[in-house]
Amino acid sequence: MDLTWSDKESAFRDECRTWLEANVPDPALPSGDTREGFAAHLEWEHRLHEARWAVVSWPEAYGGRDASLWEWLIFEEEYYRAGAPQRVTQNGIFLLAPSIFEFGTPAQQDHYLPRMSAAEDLWCQGWSEPNAGSDLAAVSSRAVRDDDAGGWRLTGQKTWTTRGAFCTHVFGLFRTDGEAERHRGLTYFLVPLDADGVTVRGFGRLDGDEGFAEVFCDDVFVPDNPADSLDPAEAAATMHRGGILGEVHQGWGVAMATTTSERGLTLRSPGRFQATASRLLDLARSCDESGRLGEALADRVVDAWVDAEAYALYTLGDVTGIVEGRSPGAKSSFNKIFWSELDVRLHEAALDLLGPDAELDGPWMKGYEFALSGPIYAGTN
Amino acid sequence: MRFELTDDQVDFRDAVRGLLADRCGPEAVRAAWDGDGRVRPAWDALAEMGVLGALVPEAAGGLGRDDEDVIPLLVECGRVALPDPVGPSAYAAATALGSLLEVPGAAEVAAAWSERVAAGDVVLPVVDPSAPVAGAGTAAAILWCVPSAAGPQVLLADADAVELESLDSVDGARRPARVSVLGGEVVAEGDAAAGIAAATADRLALGAAAELVGLSERMLELTVGYVGERKQFGVPVGSFQAVKHQLADAALAVAFAGPLVSMAAHSLATGDADASRHVSMAKLRASTAARHAAGAALQCHGAIGYTVEYDLHLFMKRAWALSYEHGDPDAHRSRLRASLGLTGSSTN
Repeated sequence: MDLTWSDKESAFRDECRTWLEANVPDPALPSGDTREGFAAHLEWEHRLHEARWAVVSWPEAYGGRDASLWEWLIFEEEYYRAGAPQRVTQNGIFLLAPSIFEFGTPAQQDHYLPRMSAAEDLWCQGWSEPNAGSDLAAVSSRAVRDDDAGGWRLTGQKTWTTRGAFCTHVFGLFRTDGEAERHRGLTYFLVPLDADGVTVRGFGRLDGDEGFAEVFCDDVFVPDNPADSLDPAEAAATMHRGGILGEVHQGWGVAMATTTSERGLTLRSPGRFQATASRLLDLARSCDESGRLGEALADRVVDAWVDAEAYALYTLGDVTGIVEGRSPGAKSSFNKIFWSELDVRLHEAALDLLGPDAELDGPWMKGYEFALSGPIYAGTN
Repeated sequence: MRFELTDDQVDFRDAVRGLLADRCGPEAVRAAWDGDGRVRPAWDALAEMGVLGALVPEAAGGLGRDDEDVIPLLVECGRVALPDPVGPSAYAAATALGSLLEVPGAAEVAAAWSERVAAGDVVLPVVDPSAPVAGAGTAAAILWCVPSAAGPQVLLADADAVELESLDSVDGARRPARVSVLGGEVVAEGDAAAGIAAATADRLALGAAAELVGLSERMLELTVGYVGERKQFGVPVGSFQAVKHQLADAALAVAFAGPLVSMAAHSLATGDADASRHVSMAKLRASTAARHAAGAALQCHGAIGYTVEYDLHLFMKRAWALSYEHGDPDAHRSRLRASLGLTGSSTN
């Protein structure tokens, strides 16, 4: 076991920390799940991109720094430690991009990835439907072949689409072979939300923010991927109207690559929970100083803090395994259940510390409402 | 950065796993209930392989390993519910004797006892004289890390200078006794003694935590095997979500306890200033996870688990005992509260 960071990694941490200390907005931005807050977050995303912090683990050509997985972990730790804004681009960066890297054509990678890291294209996820939630293979939205026009016509309804009302594009699964059973016959489509036939209706989440949307597709045309021989400008114009990721009818495999990263490490770095645990500890100490911390509640703070540390260590083991080429497999489900329930416990302990003030509008109640979504999204626990 | 066993540590662990699988099956643990609480074929083989001297310096005839090397071996001892005192003697006492090699005037006696520990004699540390000590009846010596009225001290007392009050445990292989010393040789005093006592308490706790992780994994393996075979309503009971979820939750608790145990071993081996905090985190979570695993295992087995004919109780009772030994969850939470600067003293 070696728990030391290399000189290069330490230098990377120093650079992150210095930049974040100088740039993190103070006071904090309004919630990115409201229209006004989203605009403020978008400005923040542009600043991150200009300083090349938007996608540190990506190749430099796409706006990244070629950072190692360890460096990515360091960046995340510093990001949450600094109390930096939520990433409104995260569903594209963490959920779609891994699939583009794995399944996209070189032309798709060159087109979509730089626009994503620059927060020009803002992606939301179109998995769930009214009758397909945890049972994702039950999707019934369909895409019908239009040979004359050279593409597909999409019809159906997606829901629980996070920040759908503010994004520019959606990625999702549509049924291209109506005869095939369940997870066969699905295709992974990339669709601009300003295409003819797309209607987006935002609606309030539990916390009241308009963070959810329904996306309705009514005969929406998505062109075939451009041929390699096509003029680059024309190819870009075609891809701007959407496309297919991976092969037709093979969308399930493409989507599964995404959901594994959604459940596992990439979306929930340990730095987030350690930062919350650290704030919880500060709150507990201030209650203690004013004589308002009893033993039972102190123990719950201890338990939650220990679990945040356990999660961080478990993740170090995960990353060691990934770096050395071992697949996390079912461990990504372990990871997801643990962090999501931990996040709820951290916030519950904080609200109990606040006592009668817990109900007041504030970061802990807001955070609690958000934490409650963790055990539900990315496949219910 | 690398949070994983080295290849060498994996090889050592696998060798011990193989040895224990051969020599400490459930029937051997049952025989220890009927005998003196020891599984000699396993113990002798561990001595021969060098495990009992793993922490003894090479100069004193050992392998000169550290906490990180030995903790995975204690997980293996837990996995088979080996009742013999590998953790207390070959880990905690051996390390304390290693420290005594550096204490003026104690080096000679420490070297002699280190060699004996490596060869298979049992030396049991006592840090809390009020707590029962498992396996005390077969100890060759007691390492008494209890302050006297004059201050911190460490005594090394031969078996004939020790008085035992034998007790019965829920785990028939443990053979605990309350221990008092009638004499013995003072081998350390003052700060040196206080340091050895604190480090020994930490290693006793971490050794128990490692065994608890192994016990937990074994209880879950046993249960997953059983619910896959046992049929009711025409299907394996393991196909029911009520069973699956209980076991998944328990497996989760165990999976997240393991890294805390590894971290504490690393901290002790490297002399990290937070080592005691890490030990408390490890023992707290290993104890709560083991209780969770034991509860789920018993419930998912149903009536067969509630017998002494089936093996589960051998592991479950050991887990109960170890979850209380060397600091129960409340004791370690209390240590963590203090370490994190919380008093929790309000009674409102």
